[in-house]
Amino acid sequence: MIVETDDTMPVRTSDDVVRARQAVRARAVAAGFSLVDQTKIITAASEIARNTVDYGGGGTLRIETLRNGQRRGVRLTFADQGPGIADLKLAMTDGYTSGNGLGLGLSGAKRLVNEFDVTSAPGQGTVVTLARWK
Amino acid sequence: MTDYQNLILSVIEEQHPQLLADWLSALTRAGRPGAALHRDHDTAEQAKRFVEQLRSGIRNGKIDDISTRDWAPMRELLEDVSRSRVAQGISPTETATFVLSIKEPLFELLRRNVGDDADRLARVVWAATQLLDQIGLFTIECYQKGREELIGRQQQELLELSTPVVQLWDGILALPLIGTLDSARTQIVMESLLQRIVASGAEIAIIDITGVPTVDTLVAQHLIKTISAARLMGADCILSGIRPQIAQTIVHLGLELNVISKATMADALRLALHRTRKAIVDRAAPSPRET
Amino acid sequence: MGEIPILKIRDCLLVSIQVDMHDRLAMALQDDLTQRIVQDRARGVMIDISALEIVDSFIGRMLNNIAAMSRVLDAVTVVVGMRPAVAITLVELGLTLTGVRTALNVDRGLEMIRGIIDRGEREDDRRDR
Repeated sequence: MIVETDDTMPVRTSDDVVRARQAVRARAVAAGFSLVDQTKIITAASEIARNTVDYGGGGTLRIETLRNGQRRGVRLTFADQGPGIADLKLAMTDGYTSGNGLGLGLSGAKRLVNEFDVTSAPGQGTVVTLARWK
Repeated sequence: MTDYQNLILSVIEEQHPQLLADWLSALTRAGRPGAALHRDHDTAEQAKRFVEQLRSGIRNGKIDDISTRDWAPMRELLEDVSRSRVAQGISPTETATFVLSIKEPLFELLRRNVGDDADRLARVVWAATQLLDQIGLFTIECYQKGREELIGRQQQELLELSTPVVQLWDGILALPLIGTLDSARTQIVMESLLQRIVASGAEIAIIDITGVPTVDTLVAQHLIKTISAARLMGADCILSGIRPQIAQTIVHLGLELNVISKATMADALRLALHRTRKAIVDRAAPSPRET
Repeated sequence: MGEIPILKIRDCLLVSIQVDMHDRLAMALQDDLTQRIVQDRARGVMIDISALEIVDSFIGRMLNNIAAMSRVLDAVTVVVGMRPAVAITLVELGLTLTGVRTALNVDRGLEMIRGIIDRGEREDDRRDR
Protein backbone atom coordinates (compact mmCIF):
# COMPACT_ATOMS: atom_id res chain seq x y z
CA MET A 1 0.00 0.00 0.00
CA ILE A 2 1.30 3.41 -0.96
CA VAL A 3 0.61 6.72 0.74
CA GLU A 4 0.24 9.25 -2.03
CA THR A 5 -0.36 12.43 -0.05
CA ASP A 6 0.01 13.23 3.61
CA ASP A 7 -1.08 16.53 5.16
CA THR A 8 -1.77 17.63 8.71
CA MET A 9 -3.87 20.58 9.80
CA PRO A 10 -5.02 22.05 13.11
CA VAL A 11 -8.57 21.44 14.32
CA ARG A 12 -9.11 23.93 17.13
CA THR A 13 -11.94 26.23 16.14
CA SER A 14 -15.25 26.11 14.34
CA ASP A 15 -13.56 27.64 11.33
CA ASP A 16 -11.04 24.80 11.40
CA VAL A 17 -13.93 22.34 11.20
CA VAL A 18 -15.07 24.07 8.03
CA ARG A 19 -11.53 23.97 6.64
CA ALA A 20 -11.20 20.32 7.56
CA ARG A 21 -14.35 19.49 5.60
CA GLN A 22 -13.05 21.34 2.59
CA ALA A 23 -9.71 19.59 2.76
CA VAL A 24 -11.30 16.16 3.05
CA ARG A 25 -13.59 16.94 0.13
CA ALA A 26 -10.65 17.95 -2.02
CA ARG A 27 -8.84 14.67 -1.32
CA ALA A 28 -11.96 12.57 -1.80
CA VAL A 29 -12.62 14.20 -5.16
CA ALA A 30 -9.01 13.69 -6.20
CA ALA A 31 -9.27 10.02 -5.25
CA GLY A 32 -12.20 9.65 -7.61
CA PHE A 33 -14.87 9.03 -4.97
CA SER A 34 -18.51 9.06 -6.12
CA LEU A 35 -20.67 11.90 -4.82
CA VAL A 36 -22.30 9.69 -2.20
CA ASP A 37 -18.95 8.36 -0.99
CA GLN A 38 -17.61 11.90 -0.78
CA THR A 39 -20.62 12.96 1.27
CA LYS A 40 -20.16 10.04 3.62
CA ILE A 41 -16.54 10.64 4.44
CA ILE A 42 -16.95 14.40 4.70
CA THR A 43 -19.87 13.92 7.09
CA ALA A 44 -17.87 11.48 9.17
CA ALA A 45 -14.96 13.94 9.23
CA SER A 46 -17.28 16.72 10.31
CA GLU A 47 -18.60 14.63 13.20
CA ILE A 48 -15.16 13.75 14.54
CA ALA A 49 -13.77 17.21 13.90
CA ARG A 50 -16.50 18.75 16.02
CA ASN A 51 -15.82 16.23 18.78
CA THR A 52 -12.15 17.17 18.66
CA VAL A 53 -12.98 20.86 19.06
CA ASP A 54 -15.85 20.56 21.52
CA TYR A 55 -14.62 17.77 23.79
CA GLY A 56 -10.96 17.31 22.99
CA GLY A 57 -9.86 20.85 23.54
CA GLY A 58 -8.69 21.04 19.96
CA GLY A 59 -6.21 18.86 18.10
CA THR A 60 -4.99 17.91 14.65
CA LEU A 61 -6.24 16.16 11.56
CA ARG A 62 -3.97 14.14 9.33
CA ILE A 63 -5.29 13.38 5.85
CA GLU A 64 -3.62 10.67 3.78
CA THR A 65 -4.62 9.46 0.36
CA LEU A 66 -3.77 5.81 -0.18
CA ARG A 67 -3.37 3.46 -3.08
CA ASN A 68 -3.61 -0.30 -2.78
CA GLY A 69 -3.21 -1.78 -6.23
CA GLN A 70 -6.12 -0.42 -8.20
CA ARG A 71 -8.03 0.75 -5.14
CA ARG A 72 -7.71 4.25 -3.79
CA GLY A 73 -8.66 5.43 -0.35
CA VAL A 74 -8.62 8.35 2.06
CA ARG A 75 -7.52 7.96 5.66
CA LEU A 76 -8.18 10.52 8.38
CA THR A 77 -6.51 10.61 11.77
CA PHE A 78 -7.87 12.97 14.42
CA ALA A 79 -5.73 13.39 17.52
CA ASP A 80 -6.18 15.50 20.62
CA GLN A 81 -4.64 15.80 24.06
CA GLY A 82 -7.95 16.29 25.77
CA PRO A 83 -9.51 14.54 28.75
CA GLY A 84 -10.04 11.32 26.83
CA ILE A 85 -13.12 9.12 26.76
CA ALA A 86 -13.82 7.36 30.02
CA ASP A 87 -16.14 4.66 28.78
CA LEU A 88 -15.35 3.91 25.17
CA LYS A 89 -17.95 1.21 24.78
CA LEU A 90 -20.66 3.51 26.01
CA ALA A 91 -19.50 6.32 23.76
CA MET A 92 -19.79 4.05 20.77
CA THR A 93 -23.45 3.18 21.33
CA ASP A 94 -26.12 4.87 19.33
CA GLY A 95 -27.84 7.72 21.03
CA TYR A 96 -25.13 8.27 23.57
CA THR A 97 -24.23 11.87 24.06
CA SER A 98 -22.23 13.76 26.61
CA GLY A 99 -23.51 17.10 25.42
CA ASN A 100 -27.05 18.07 24.64
CA GLY A 101 -27.04 16.62 21.22
CA LEU A 102 -28.06 13.60 19.25
CA GLY A 103 -24.85 11.79 20.09
CA LEU A 104 -24.13 9.59 17.12
CA GLY A 105 -20.75 11.25 16.74
CA LEU A 106 -18.60 8.16 16.99
CA SER A 107 -21.05 5.39 16.22
CA GLY A 108 -22.55 7.30 13.34
CA ALA A 109 -19.19 8.14 11.83
CA LYS A 110 -18.19 4.50 12.09
CA ARG A 111 -21.13 3.51 9.91
CA LEU A 112 -20.05 5.88 7.18
CA VAL A 113 -16.55 4.50 6.66
CA ASN A 114 -14.87 1.18 5.88
CA GLU A 115 -12.22 1.30 8.62
CA PHE A 116 -12.62 2.86 12.04
CA ASP A 117 -10.47 2.85 15.14
CA VAL A 118 -10.61 4.76 18.42
CA THR A 119 -7.90 4.85 21.03
CA SER A 120 -8.64 6.83 24.15
CA ALA A 121 -8.34 6.76 27.91
CA PRO A 122 -8.94 9.29 30.68
CA GLY A 123 -6.08 11.77 30.77
CA GLN A 124 -4.49 10.37 27.65
CA GLY A 125 -6.23 12.16 24.88
CA THR A 126 -8.02 10.58 21.94
CA VAL A 127 -7.01 9.32 18.53
CA VAL A 128 -9.68 8.46 15.97
CA THR A 129 -8.71 6.91 12.65
CA LEU A 130 -11.18 6.55 9.79
CA ALA A 131 -10.67 5.34 6.26
CA ARG A 132 -12.90 5.01 3.25
CA TRP A 133 -12.01 3.14 0.08
CA LYS A 134 -13.32 3.69 -3.36
CA MET B 1 24.61 -8.16 -26.73
CA THR B 2 25.05 -11.88 -26.37
CA ASP B 3 26.25 -14.10 -29.12
CA TYR B 4 22.84 -15.75 -29.59
CA GLN B 5 21.04 -12.43 -29.66
CA ASN B 6 23.51 -11.29 -32.33
CA LEU B 7 22.90 -14.41 -34.29
CA ILE B 8 19.14 -14.11 -34.20
CA LEU B 9 19.40 -10.46 -35.17
CA SER B 10 21.62 -11.09 -38.16
CA VAL B 11 19.39 -13.91 -39.41
CA ILE B 12 16.30 -11.74 -39.18
CA GLU B 13 18.01 -8.69 -40.67
CA GLU B 14 19.18 -10.65 -43.69
CA GLN B 15 16.03 -12.62 -44.26
CA HIS B 16 13.10 -10.60 -42.94
CA PRO B 17 11.14 -10.57 -46.22
CA GLN B 18 11.38 -14.37 -46.32
CA LEU B 19 10.45 -14.56 -42.66
CA LEU B 20 7.39 -12.40 -43.20
CA ALA B 21 6.23 -14.34 -46.24
CA ASP B 22 6.70 -17.69 -44.54
CA TRP B 23 4.91 -16.48 -41.45
CA LEU B 24 1.92 -15.24 -43.38
CA SER B 25 1.59 -18.47 -45.28
CA ALA B 26 1.86 -20.40 -41.99
CA LEU B 27 -0.91 -18.23 -40.56
CA THR B 28 -3.26 -18.81 -43.41
CA ARG B 29 -2.55 -22.45 -43.94
CA ALA B 30 -5.77 -24.39 -43.82
CA GLY B 31 -6.49 -26.17 -40.56
CA ARG B 32 -4.73 -23.69 -38.32
CA PRO B 33 -6.79 -21.91 -35.70
CA GLY B 34 -8.05 -18.69 -37.13
CA ALA B 35 -6.69 -19.43 -40.57
CA ALA B 36 -9.69 -17.90 -42.28
CA LEU B 37 -9.54 -14.82 -40.12
CA HIS B 38 -5.95 -14.20 -40.93
CA ARG B 39 -6.50 -13.98 -44.63
CA ASP B 40 -7.06 -10.28 -44.57
CA HIS B 41 -5.26 -7.05 -45.14
CA ASP B 42 -5.14 -6.02 -41.52
CA THR B 43 -3.32 -9.15 -40.50
CA ALA B 44 -0.74 -8.67 -43.23
CA GLU B 45 -0.22 -5.09 -42.05
CA GLN B 46 0.13 -6.15 -38.44
CA ALA B 47 2.53 -8.95 -39.35
CA LYS B 48 4.72 -6.51 -41.26
CA ARG B 49 4.82 -4.10 -38.32
CA PHE B 50 5.52 -6.99 -35.98
CA VAL B 51 8.61 -8.06 -37.89
CA GLU B 52 9.82 -4.45 -37.98
CA GLN B 53 9.41 -4.09 -34.23
CA LEU B 54 11.02 -7.47 -33.67
CA ARG B 55 14.10 -6.33 -35.53
CA SER B 56 14.14 -3.02 -33.71
CA GLY B 57 13.67 -4.62 -30.31
CA ILE B 58 16.43 -7.18 -30.80
CA ARG B 59 18.70 -4.52 -32.19
CA ASN B 60 18.25 -2.02 -29.35
CA GLY B 61 17.05 -4.01 -26.38
CA LYS B 62 17.63 -7.30 -24.63
CA ILE B 63 15.89 -10.50 -25.67
CA ASP B 64 15.36 -11.67 -22.13
CA ASP B 65 13.32 -8.67 -21.01
CA ILE B 66 10.64 -7.05 -23.14
CA SER B 67 9.43 -4.72 -20.41
CA THR B 68 12.11 -2.11 -21.09
CA ARG B 69 11.66 1.09 -23.03
CA ASP B 70 13.32 -0.34 -26.13
CA TRP B 71 10.45 -2.74 -26.55
CA ALA B 72 7.72 -0.12 -25.99
CA PRO B 73 6.69 0.17 -29.66
CA MET B 74 6.39 -3.62 -29.86
CA ARG B 75 4.21 -3.65 -26.73
CA GLU B 76 1.98 -0.96 -28.21
CA LEU B 77 1.59 -3.01 -31.35
CA LEU B 78 0.66 -6.07 -29.31
CA GLU B 79 -1.92 -4.03 -27.38
CA ASP B 80 -3.48 -2.94 -30.68
CA VAL B 81 -3.49 -6.48 -31.98
CA SER B 82 -5.18 -7.78 -28.82
CA ARG B 83 -7.69 -4.99 -28.58
CA SER B 84 -8.88 -5.38 -32.13
CA ARG B 85 -9.30 -9.11 -31.64
CA VAL B 86 -11.24 -8.69 -28.40
CA ALA B 87 -13.57 -6.32 -30.20
CA GLN B 88 -14.07 -8.84 -32.99
CA GLY B 89 -14.78 -11.62 -30.53
CA ILE B 90 -11.78 -13.64 -31.61
CA SER B 91 -10.63 -16.27 -29.12
CA PRO B 92 -7.47 -15.96 -26.99
CA THR B 93 -6.00 -19.02 -28.71
CA GLU B 94 -6.36 -17.48 -32.12
CA THR B 95 -4.88 -14.26 -30.84
CA ALA B 96 -1.85 -16.02 -29.38
CA THR B 97 -1.49 -18.15 -32.50
CA PHE B 98 -0.97 -14.99 -34.50
CA VAL B 99 2.20 -14.31 -32.54
CA LEU B 100 3.45 -17.80 -31.80
CA SER B 101 3.18 -19.08 -35.33
CA ILE B 102 6.23 -17.03 -36.25
CA LYS B 103 8.30 -19.64 -34.44
CA GLU B 104 8.13 -22.20 -37.20
CA PRO B 105 9.54 -20.00 -40.00
CA LEU B 106 12.09 -18.39 -37.67
CA PHE B 107 13.45 -21.68 -36.38
CA GLU B 108 13.69 -22.92 -39.95
CA LEU B 109 15.80 -19.90 -40.89
CA LEU B 110 18.00 -20.41 -37.84
CA ARG B 111 18.43 -24.09 -38.65
CA ARG B 112 19.58 -23.30 -42.16
CA ASN B 113 21.99 -20.70 -40.84
CA VAL B 114 23.54 -22.71 -38.04
CA GLY B 115 23.95 -25.87 -40.04
CA ASP B 116 24.92 -29.08 -38.27
CA ASP B 117 26.02 -27.67 -34.96
CA ALA B 118 23.26 -29.28 -32.88
CA ASP B 119 24.41 -27.77 -29.65
CA ARG B 120 24.54 -24.26 -31.03
CA LEU B 121 21.23 -24.70 -32.77
CA ALA B 122 19.58 -25.87 -29.56
CA ARG B 123 20.83 -22.86 -27.65
CA VAL B 124 19.87 -20.27 -30.22
CA VAL B 125 16.43 -21.82 -30.65
CA TRP B 126 16.03 -21.68 -26.86
CA ALA B 127 16.98 -18.00 -26.84
CA ALA B 128 14.51 -17.27 -29.64
CA THR B 129 11.77 -19.25 -27.93
CA GLN B 130 12.26 -17.33 -24.69
CA LEU B 131 11.79 -14.06 -26.51
CA LEU B 132 8.74 -15.16 -28.47
CA ASP B 133 7.13 -16.72 -25.41
CA GLN B 134 7.44 -13.41 -23.55
CA ILE B 135 5.79 -11.72 -26.49
CA GLY B 136 3.06 -14.35 -26.64
CA LEU B 137 2.35 -14.07 -22.93
CA PHE B 138 2.24 -10.31 -23.09
CA THR B 139 -0.28 -10.58 -25.91
CA ILE B 140 -2.47 -12.85 -23.82
CA GLU B 141 -2.31 -10.45 -20.87
CA CYS B 142 -3.39 -7.56 -23.07
CA TYR B 143 -6.19 -9.69 -24.41
CA GLN B 144 -7.34 -10.50 -20.87
CA LYS B 145 -7.30 -6.87 -19.87
CA GLY B 146 -9.20 -5.92 -22.99
CA ARG B 147 -11.81 -8.54 -22.29
CA GLU B 148 -12.24 -7.37 -18.72
CA GLU B 149 -12.66 -3.78 -19.82
CA LEU B 150 -15.27 -4.80 -22.35
CA ILE B 151 -17.21 -6.80 -19.79
CA GLY B 152 -17.02 -3.91 -17.37
CA ARG B 153 -18.47 -1.54 -19.93
CA GLN B 154 -21.24 -3.94 -20.81
CA GLN B 155 -22.10 -4.43 -17.17
CA GLN B 156 -22.34 -0.70 -16.69
CA GLU B 157 -24.67 -0.37 -19.66
CA LEU B 158 -26.78 -3.26 -18.45
CA LEU B 159 -27.00 -1.70 -15.04
CA GLU B 160 -28.18 1.57 -16.46
CA LEU B 161 -30.65 -0.08 -18.79
CA SER B 162 -32.16 -2.21 -16.09
CA THR B 163 -32.93 0.60 -13.68
CA PRO B 164 -35.27 2.88 -15.57
CA VAL B 165 -37.30 5.37 -13.59
CA VAL B 166 -40.60 6.07 -15.25
CA GLN B 167 -43.01 8.92 -14.68
CA LEU B 168 -46.51 7.47 -14.46
CA TRP B 169 -48.29 10.73 -13.88
CA ASP B 170 -47.69 14.19 -12.47
CA GLY B 171 -45.89 13.69 -9.25
CA ILE B 172 -45.88 9.90 -9.48
CA LEU B 173 -42.77 7.94 -10.41
CA ALA B 174 -42.37 4.21 -10.88
CA LEU B 175 -39.22 2.16 -10.44
CA PRO B 176 -39.70 -1.35 -11.84
CA LEU B 177 -36.85 -3.43 -10.47
CA ILE B 178 -35.70 -6.38 -12.54
CA GLY B 179 -33.23 -9.00 -11.41
CA THR B 180 -31.23 -9.46 -8.27
CA LEU B 181 -30.48 -6.60 -5.93
CA ASP B 182 -26.93 -6.59 -4.63
CA SER B 183 -25.21 -3.75 -2.79
CA ALA B 184 -23.59 -2.21 -5.83
CA ARG B 185 -26.78 -2.30 -7.85
CA THR B 186 -28.91 -0.97 -5.02
CA GLN B 187 -26.60 1.98 -4.59
CA ILE B 188 -27.04 2.95 -8.24
CA VAL B 189 -30.77 2.30 -8.19
CA MET B 190 -31.19 4.36 -5.05
CA GLU B 191 -29.26 7.33 -6.38
CA SER B 192 -31.04 7.17 -9.70
CA LEU B 193 -34.47 7.14 -8.10
CA LEU B 194 -33.69 9.92 -5.66
CA GLN B 195 -32.26 12.14 -8.37
CA ARG B 196 -35.35 11.64 -10.49
CA ILE B 197 -37.53 12.47 -7.51
CA VAL B 198 -35.75 15.79 -7.11
CA ALA B 199 -35.75 16.52 -10.84
CA SER B 200 -39.44 15.75 -11.36
CA GLY B 201 -40.69 16.97 -8.00
CA ALA B 202 -42.49 13.68 -7.50
CA GLU B 203 -44.51 13.17 -4.34
CA ILE B 204 -44.73 9.41 -4.62
CA ALA B 205 -42.43 6.71 -5.96
CA ILE B 206 -43.84 3.26 -6.67
CA ILE B 207 -41.14 0.61 -6.29
CA ASP B 208 -42.22 -2.51 -8.11
CA ILE B 209 -40.46 -5.73 -7.21
CA THR B 210 -42.34 -8.14 -9.47
CA GLY B 211 -39.08 -8.78 -11.30
CA VAL B 212 -36.99 -9.43 -8.21
CA PRO B 213 -36.69 -13.19 -7.74
CA THR B 214 -35.87 -13.31 -4.05
CA VAL B 215 -36.24 -10.95 -1.17
CA ASP B 216 -33.99 -11.79 1.73
CA THR B 217 -32.83 -9.73 4.68
CA LEU B 218 -30.20 -7.97 2.64
CA VAL B 219 -32.55 -7.01 -0.17
CA ALA B 220 -35.11 -5.85 2.36
CA GLN B 221 -32.49 -3.69 4.06
CA HIS B 222 -31.62 -2.09 0.76
CA LEU B 223 -35.26 -1.37 0.05
CA ILE B 224 -35.78 0.07 3.51
CA LYS B 225 -32.79 2.40 3.08
CA THR B 226 -34.08 3.60 -0.26
CA ILE B 227 -37.52 4.27 1.14
CA SER B 228 -36.12 6.05 4.20
CA ALA B 229 -33.97 8.28 2.06
CA ALA B 230 -36.90 9.19 -0.17
CA ARG B 231 -39.00 10.03 2.87
CA LEU B 232 -36.22 12.14 4.34
CA MET B 233 -36.25 14.18 1.19
CA GLY B 234 -39.97 14.71 1.32
CA ALA B 235 -41.35 12.07 -1.02
CA ASP B 236 -43.07 8.84 -0.11
CA CYS B 237 -42.92 5.31 -1.47
CA ILE B 238 -45.33 2.50 -2.18
CA LEU B 239 -44.10 -1.02 -2.73
CA SER B 240 -45.84 -3.11 -5.37
CA GLY B 241 -45.48 -6.53 -6.93
CA ILE B 242 -45.33 -8.43 -3.68
CA ARG B 243 -45.90 -12.04 -4.69
CA PRO B 244 -47.50 -14.36 -2.14
CA GLN B 245 -44.22 -16.23 -1.61
CA ILE B 246 -42.40 -12.98 -0.94
CA ALA B 247 -45.06 -11.91 1.54
CA GLN B 248 -44.55 -15.22 3.33
CA THR B 249 -40.78 -14.86 3.31
CA ILE B 250 -41.01 -11.38 4.75
CA VAL B 251 -43.21 -12.51 7.62
CA HIS B 252 -41.08 -15.61 8.10
CA LEU B 253 -37.89 -13.58 8.39
CA GLY B 254 -39.59 -11.15 10.73
CA LEU B 255 -38.81 -8.21 8.48
CA GLU B 256 -40.48 -4.90 9.16
CA LEU B 257 -40.80 -3.11 5.87
CA ASN B 258 -42.76 -0.22 7.29
CA VAL B 259 -44.13 0.80 3.93
CA ILE B 260 -47.48 0.33 2.26
CA SER B 261 -47.35 -2.63 -0.09
CA LYS B 262 -49.69 -3.54 -2.88
CA ALA B 263 -49.90 -6.70 -4.92
CA THR B 264 -49.92 -4.99 -8.29
CA MET B 265 -48.67 -1.75 -9.74
CA ALA B 266 -52.24 -0.93 -10.72
CA ASP B 267 -53.26 -1.02 -7.08
CA ALA B 268 -50.27 1.08 -6.16
CA LEU B 269 -51.11 3.60 -8.86
CA ARG B 270 -54.69 3.83 -7.64
CA LEU B 271 -53.44 4.62 -4.17
CA ALA B 272 -50.88 7.09 -5.42
CA LEU B 273 -53.49 8.96 -7.45
CA HIS B 274 -55.72 9.13 -4.41
CA ARG B 275 -52.86 10.43 -2.27
CA THR B 276 -51.99 13.10 -4.79
CA ARG B 277 -55.59 14.21 -4.79
CA LYS B 278 -56.40 13.04 -8.30
CA ALA B 279 -59.33 11.01 -9.55
CA ILE B 280 -60.02 9.13 -12.75
CA VAL B 281 -63.63 9.32 -13.86
CA ASP B 282 -65.63 7.49 -16.53
CA ARG B 283 -66.88 9.89 -19.13
CA ALA B 284 -70.63 9.70 -19.74
CA ALA B 285 -71.59 7.48 -22.70
CA PRO B 286 -72.14 9.58 -25.86
CA SER B 287 -75.81 10.32 -26.62
CA PRO B 288 -77.13 8.94 -29.94
CA ARG B 289 -76.68 12.29 -31.62
CA GLU B 290 -72.96 12.70 -30.73
CA THR B 291 -71.68 9.84 -32.82
CA MET C 1 -29.35 40.40 13.46
CA GLY C 2 -27.42 37.31 12.38
CA GLU C 3 -25.87 36.73 8.99
CA ILE C 4 -28.60 34.53 7.59
CA PRO C 5 -31.49 36.42 5.99
CA ILE C 6 -35.02 35.45 6.95
CA LEU C 7 -37.68 36.08 4.33
CA LYS C 8 -41.38 36.39 4.90
CA ILE C 9 -43.81 34.80 2.46
CA ARG C 10 -47.36 35.54 3.58
CA ASP C 11 -47.50 33.96 7.00
CA CYS C 12 -44.43 31.82 6.57
CA LEU C 13 -40.76 32.45 7.16
CA LEU C 14 -38.13 31.14 4.77
CA VAL C 15 -34.53 30.61 5.71
CA SER C 16 -31.92 29.53 3.17
CA ILE C 17 -28.82 27.97 4.65
CA GLN C 18 -26.04 28.70 2.23
CA VAL C 19 -22.90 28.88 4.26
CA ASP C 20 -21.02 26.46 6.40
CA MET C 21 -22.63 26.77 9.80
CA HIS C 22 -20.77 26.99 13.02
CA ASP C 23 -21.95 27.39 16.59
CA ARG C 24 -22.21 31.15 16.71
CA LEU C 25 -24.18 31.33 13.50
CA ALA C 26 -26.49 28.50 14.51
CA MET C 27 -27.29 30.14 17.83
CA ALA C 28 -27.88 33.49 16.15
CA LEU C 29 -30.21 31.90 13.62
CA GLN C 30 -32.27 30.20 16.31
CA ASP C 31 -32.57 33.44 18.23
CA ASP C 32 -33.55 35.44 15.15
CA LEU C 33 -36.13 32.89 14.10
CA THR C 34 -37.75 32.82 17.51
CA GLN C 35 -38.06 36.55 17.46
CA ARG C 36 -39.43 36.69 13.94
CA ILE C 37 -42.03 33.98 14.48
CA VAL C 38 -43.51 36.00 17.30
CA GLN C 39 -43.01 39.33 15.58
CA ASP C 40 -44.58 38.28 12.27
CA ARG C 41 -47.06 35.85 13.79
CA ALA C 42 -45.72 33.23 11.46
CA ARG C 43 -47.55 29.93 11.14
CA GLY C 44 -44.83 28.18 9.21
CA VAL C 45 -41.05 28.04 9.05
CA MET C 46 -39.29 26.70 5.97
CA ILE C 47 -35.63 25.85 6.10
CA ASP C 48 -34.08 25.47 2.68
CA ILE C 49 -31.05 23.19 2.84
CA SER C 50 -30.61 22.71 -0.91
CA ALA C 51 -27.20 24.35 -0.71
CA LEU C 52 -25.92 22.01 1.97
CA GLU C 53 -23.58 19.29 0.75
CA ILE C 54 -23.57 17.56 4.10
CA VAL C 55 -25.83 17.41 7.11
CA ASP C 56 -24.09 16.17 10.23
CA SER C 57 -25.46 15.70 13.74
CA PHE C 58 -24.71 19.34 14.56
CA ILE C 59 -26.98 20.58 11.77
CA GLY C 60 -29.47 17.87 12.69
CA ARG C 61 -29.53 19.18 16.24
CA MET C 62 -30.07 22.69 14.99
CA LEU C 63 -32.98 21.65 12.79
CA ASN C 64 -34.57 19.71 15.61
CA ASN C 65 -34.16 22.66 17.97
CA ILE C 66 -35.75 25.03 15.51
CA ALA C 67 -38.67 22.62 15.06
CA ALA C 68 -39.12 22.22 18.80
CA MET C 69 -39.05 25.94 19.36
CA SER C 70 -41.50 26.62 16.51
CA ARG C 71 -43.84 24.00 17.86
CA VAL C 72 -44.01 25.84 21.16
CA LEU C 73 -44.94 28.96 19.21
CA ASP C 74 -47.55 27.02 17.21
CA ALA C 75 -45.67 27.16 13.92
CA VAL C 76 -44.99 24.29 11.52
CA THR C 77 -41.40 23.59 10.47
CA VAL C 78 -40.62 22.13 7.06
CA VAL C 79 -37.14 21.36 5.80
CA VAL C 80 -36.88 21.52 2.03
CA GLY C 81 -34.38 20.75 -0.68
CA MET C 82 -32.43 17.89 0.87
CA ARG C 83 -29.96 16.51 -1.66
CA PRO C 84 -30.06 12.79 -2.52
CA ALA C 85 -26.49 12.20 -1.37
CA VAL C 86 -27.31 13.85 1.93
CA ALA C 87 -30.47 11.76 2.37
CA ILE C 88 -28.57 8.55 1.68
CA THR C 89 -25.83 9.53 4.13
CA LEU C 90 -28.31 10.47 6.85
CA VAL C 91 -30.04 7.11 6.52
CA GLU C 92 -26.66 5.42 6.87
CA LEU C 93 -25.77 7.68 9.80
CA GLY C 94 -29.03 6.72 11.45
CA LEU C 95 -29.93 10.32 12.12
CA THR C 96 -33.64 11.05 12.53
CA LEU C 97 -35.15 14.48 12.29
CA THR C 98 -37.86 14.37 14.91
CA GLY C 99 -40.69 16.84 14.65
CA VAL C 100 -39.39 18.00 11.32
CA ARG C 101 -41.44 17.56 8.20
CA THR C 102 -39.69 17.56 4.86
CA ALA C 103 -40.68 18.56 1.37
CA LEU C 104 -38.86 18.48 -1.94
CA ASN C 105 -38.78 22.20 -2.56
CA VAL C 106 -40.11 25.56 -1.41
CA ASP C 107 -43.34 25.25 -3.43
CA ARG C 108 -44.18 21.87 -1.97
CA GLY C 109 -43.20 23.15 1.44
CA LEU C 110 -45.61 26.07 1.21
CA GLU C 111 -48.39 23.77 0.00
CA MET C 112 -47.71 21.47 2.91
CA ILE C 113 -47.82 24.26 5.47
CA ARG C 114 -50.95 25.68 3.87
CA GLY C 115 -52.62 22.27 3.99
CA ILE C 116 -51.76 21.73 7.61
CA ILE C 117 -52.96 25.14 8.70
CA ASP C 118 -56.17 24.88 6.66
CA ARG C 119 -56.92 21.46 8.00
CA GLY C 120 -56.39 22.88 11.47
CA GLU C 121 -53.94 20.15 12.39
CA ARG C 122 -52.08 20.64 15.59
CA GLU C 123 -48.33 20.38 15.60
CA ASP C 124 -48.46 17.28 17.77
CA ASP C 125 -50.05 15.34 14.95
CA ARG C 126 -46.86 15.51 12.94
CA ARG C 127 -45.69 12.35 11.22
CA ASP C 128 -42.76 10.75 13.02
CA ARG C 129 -39.69 10.39 10.89
